[in-house]
Amino acid sequence: MLSVLLGGGPKLTSVLTTEALTKRYRRKTALNDCTLALPEGRVVGLVGPNGSGKTTLLNLAAGLLSPTSGSLKVLGEAPSDDPKHLERVSFVAQDTPVYSALTVEDHVSYGAHVNPRWDRDLAERRIEDLGLDPRQRAGKLSGGQRSQLALTLAIAKRPEFLILDEPVAALDPLARREFLQVLMETVADQHVSVVLSSHLVADVERVCDYIVILVSSRVQIAGDVDDLLATHHRLIGPRDADAPTGQVVIESSYTDRQSMLIVRSDGPVADPGWLVEAINLEDLVLAYMGQGRRLDRGVSADSSGS
Amino acid sequence: MIEFYIDTHSGVPPYLQLSQQVRRALKLGVLEQGDQLPTVKEVVARLAINPNTVSKAYRELEHEGLVAARVGVGTFVAKSLSDSSLAAHGPLRHDLEQWMLAARRAGLDDESIDALIRECFRSSSGAVLS
Repeated sequence: MLSVLLGGGPKLTSVLTTEALTKRYRRKTALNDCTLALPEGRVVGLVGPNGSGKTTLLNLAAGLLSPTSGSLKVLGEAPSDDPKHLERVSFVAQDTPVYSALTVEDHVSYGAHVNPRWDRDLAERRIEDLGLDPRQRAGKLSGGQRSQLALTLAIAKRPEFLILDEPVAALDPLARREFLQVLMETVADQHVSVVLSSHLVADVERVCDYIVILVSSRVQIAGDVDDLLATHHRLIGPRDADAPTGQVVIESSYTDRQSMLIVRSDGPVADPGWLVEAINLEDLVLAYMGQGRRLDRGVSADSSGS
Repeated sequence: MIEFYIDTHSGVPPYLQLSQQVRRALKLGVLEQGDQLPTVKEVVARLAINPNTVSKAYRELEHEGLVAARVGVGTFVAKSLSDSSLAAHGPLRHDLEQWMLAARRAGLDDESIDALIRECFRSSSGAVLS
């Protein structure tokens, strides 16, 4: 019984590590000085506004782009087009690309052909569960079916690391839920680490246990979701008081009578003048997005409210 | 078998929601000693939530001695939380339903009822009966 307890604990190795990773296009910096270590066996949510660098980071991790400076390792190796490395990683790009002229069956046999670890049983069972006609051309599938097909191909590869760029953004709520069910079942069944980008915080809250917040091409914060929620609070207190000691202000807003702060707490709030409330993931994400935008404009959190 | 749900607007972390639902079911006698909890995969497939969330909730319950994991079989209720107070649930529930009815007749909406209950709950939580 004890081994069950220990076996379920956090793992210490990383699936993706980056060191001062930077990607510049001619004029634009798409990713700036990004240093991360994403733990193995987790479902990592990458969130941030459009254009914040999410896709760039995922494309770098998938080996589709090379960095301008800095370095990264995926499953302990620099991403490369070495087949031995590629078979350990699955990448589903935005808009879940499938070949519209090819049938469902063609996709599956092509997958089997190019992937030595291909799990034929899993692929066939999934196609059947989804109720897809193997002779149907992919171009005729609904958006939900197309993304399920792309996911099936990605997981039948039996990857150690699955990278998904905005996998559910274009789907209706039902298709979104079905997609996430399959994804979570896969995580429960196989030993696979996942990184997915999304701007839907409610989905991230459901499926992710680790989060990275990117704003204006920089990482604002990264960490275990439960740890982050336990160390961030909303404080409500008198208008003119300074934030209590040991609290790092992420966001502040004021009325003429009171101050409301979102803080990262390095210690308990000793000052009884402040009311302490828990925040949810959406509050946290919005606070860091706001901070990121202000830093981008060179304004600090404390001077923003007045 | 207990069926879990997740309220994404509650602000309560999902793993806590799951362990609270088990504890509540134990208190209400819905779950009893020896009952099996759904497997991690079953919960995940139904709710589309992270498997680590379910494992974490189960570990917490195991740590409290409320459930026990049998390797390769599943997780089972190890201890019942329903006690002699369960007998009082029926009449108390009846009174509460009468009260709800009265509150609605008086024109209170859901939000006002919720606020009133929370307020009473807070103000009375210090009062321990002898």
